[in-house]
Amino acid sequence: MIYLTLFYEFFKIGLFSIGGGLATLPFLYQLAENRPQWLSPQMIADMIAISESTPGPIGINMATYAGFQVAGVGGGIIATLGEIAPSLIIIIIIARFLAEFDKNPIVKNAFYGLRAAVVGLITFALLRLLSVTLITNGSIELVSGAIYLVLIAFVLFFKRVHPIIWIALGAIIGLVVGLPS
Amino acid sequence: MKKTSLWQIYATFFKIGGLTFGGGYAMLPLLQQEVVHTHHWASEEELLDIYAIGQVTPGIIAVNTATMIGYRQRGVLGAILATLGEITPSILIITTLATILLTFKDNNHLQNAFGGVRIAVCATLTVSIIRLMKKALIDVPTILFYLVVVGATFFFALSPIIVVIAAIVFGIGIQNSKEKRKKV
Repeated sequence: MIYLTLFYEFFKIGLFSIGGGLATLPFLYQLAENRPQWLSPQMIADMIAISESTPGPIGINMATYAGFQVAGVGGGIIATLGEIAPSLIIIIIIARFLAEFDKNPIVKNAFYGLRAAVVGLITFALLRLLSVTLITNGSIELVSGAIYLVLIAFVLFFKRVHPIIWIALGAIIGLVVGLPS
Repeated sequence: MKKTSLWQIYATFFKIGGLTFGGGYAMLPLLQQEVVHTHHWASEEELLDIYAIGQVTPGIIAVNTATMIGYRQRGVLGAILATLGEITPSILIITTLATILLTFKDNNHLQNAFGGVRIAVCATLTVSIIRLMKKALIDVPTILFYLVVVGATFFFALSPIIVVIAAIVFGIGIQNSKEKRKKV
């Protein structure tokens, strides 16, 4: 039964997230809200770190990790299959009927709005992430906030550096400073 | 032309999935190497079209692209095997890592490290959003719509599904009214 629910929840995520792995984040936060026994906002933060530092598409890594947390190895496989099922169905239909899909003017106009919405949804995910990372008991952690701003400057300045380096650097800073988690 | 074997499709996408770090946008160079140069399953231009469709259809970009290329080679079975190949490395690696992490969950050093890792994730995500803003927020209506989406989801817990549907209506509506104004 848990497998069926998992498949259904991740099928929905696969169906409604447009624009790649990060676009699945707001849906994962919603899932954490609706099913707190499955996921916590902290777990989602760890999941992003692990998914960005391991091979494979981020969206798939996050689905496997979340499913594993809920129901072990079988859960990881079921959640991933649920997330890719809508893609398989939709792409096969498109490949069959609409070769010029992305040049269709209605599709183009819809994407004018969708792109703004996707950035908005990812910003929402970031705000949720910041609220569990930088705020404890209602007040901002000054040390964490300072590290956050310095790291942003680094990431902006060193454009070609792989995210795995920043995540490793974060781990080292956490160990040295003794950050609370 | 020789028919591509299903195994070859699976193996090629297994390789692409296992070597991609960072999701759909990061896999383009690998796709060009494998799909265009090694196997000649598509030309450079065809690959870009496939990639564009993968970005504008629901689901993970990497999976959409794999499905489309697999389908062009061997129909529905090819699509399924390409996708399964793409996701197998993730399932193997993440399951192993998650098991290890669960075992050491209560270790203090690991918790400190993850405290720092979360801040780094916030920083990389912030920069990704800044880059995406430049491409998506191109005029006043898109900037306003963006602010409404952020406010409605963060403060009023609006469902992302409703946001996606509203964005399609908004996009078509705004562009149509622009075209009408041009005609008048």
